[in-house]
Amino acid sequence: MRLKLNGTITEIQDNLTVEGLLGNLRIEPGRVAVEVNLNIVKKCDFGSRELKDGDEVEIVNFVGGG
Amino acid sequence: MDDNLVIKGIEFKSRLWVGTGKYKDFEETARAIEASGADVVTVAVRRTNIFDRKSENLLDFIDPKKYKILPNTAGCYCMEDALRYARLARETGVSDLIKLEVIGDEKTLFPDTCATLKATEILAKEGFIVLPYINDDPVMALRLVEAGAAAVMPLAAPIGSGLGIRNPYNIKIILEQAKVPVVVDAGVGTASDVAVAMELGCDAVLLNTAIAGAKDPIAMARAMKYGVMAGRLAYKAGRMPKKLYATASSPIEGML
Repeated sequence: MRLKLNGTITEIQDNLTVEGLLGNLRIEPGRVAVEVNLNIVKKCDFGSRELKDGDEVEIVNFVGGG
Repeated sequence: MDDNLVIKGIEFKSRLWVGTGKYKDFEETARAIEASGADVVTVAVRRTNIFDRKSENLLDFIDPKKYKILPNTAGCYCMEDALRYARLARETGVSDLIKLEVIGDEKTLFPDTCATLKATEILAKEGFIVLPYINDDPVMALRLVEAGAAAVMPLAAPIGSGLGIRNPYNIKIILEQAKVPVVVDAGVGTASDVAVAMELGCDAVLLNTAIAGAKDPIAMARAMKYGVMAGRLAYKAGRMPKKLYATASSPIEGML
């Protein structure tokens, strides 16, 4: 399936949860927040929230700022 | 003597708060923060670099167990964006604190007053500890406190300008009227600017570029640490009144 992942159209495997996606990307779930179609996915729902073709996913973390 | 700042039950060991932007690398960021003695560090919320997993994470260098992480909504030009960034920041699970910035103008980075007020109200109701960045406007400070701001953070001068406190009298009025801590945020350039803010009675100073933009950021971080301490001590000591004419320090009595 295709996701819009952090603004870029990206091809990923089907039947993936948020947790699965983070695992594939080797991103530590503790350090990020995730939004799917403008709705925040709570950390406790990462394992159950399934992604579908066309979803817009944003994965954010902290960077240097003032 | 214990002189710690407390905001909504959170105790802050340092009255100097520092940003983490504009440093050469994370290593320099960590060294500068360590030298500044700050226990509050601001961070920004941005997209994770998903295609280069070798890129380092800021929180590997700034330990959230050691420092209070204060996420900002920098770069947001409307209320909706600021709310979105604030909610994402909280969802990382590191902090309920939010440095609320809703920018109204690209050139000056002055805040959008109306949007900041509305966003403060909404976020405070959602349980955030809202620390809004505002102009040096005493009336706005009062409105923000009514809206639920945990502290107010008037600018000294435009962000990154290093001009120092442009309107100390407005800051004084805010200090007199606001019933919450006042943190001068943005625009200071060097240690004396920070000392002036503290001598006025401000509760803390938040800065970034003044350290990151110095020729030697680590040395400037130390200077800022002592600037805050000197200013705070002078404020608590109570300065002598200003007079127009001289008063001799040595006695007349006993002169030949």
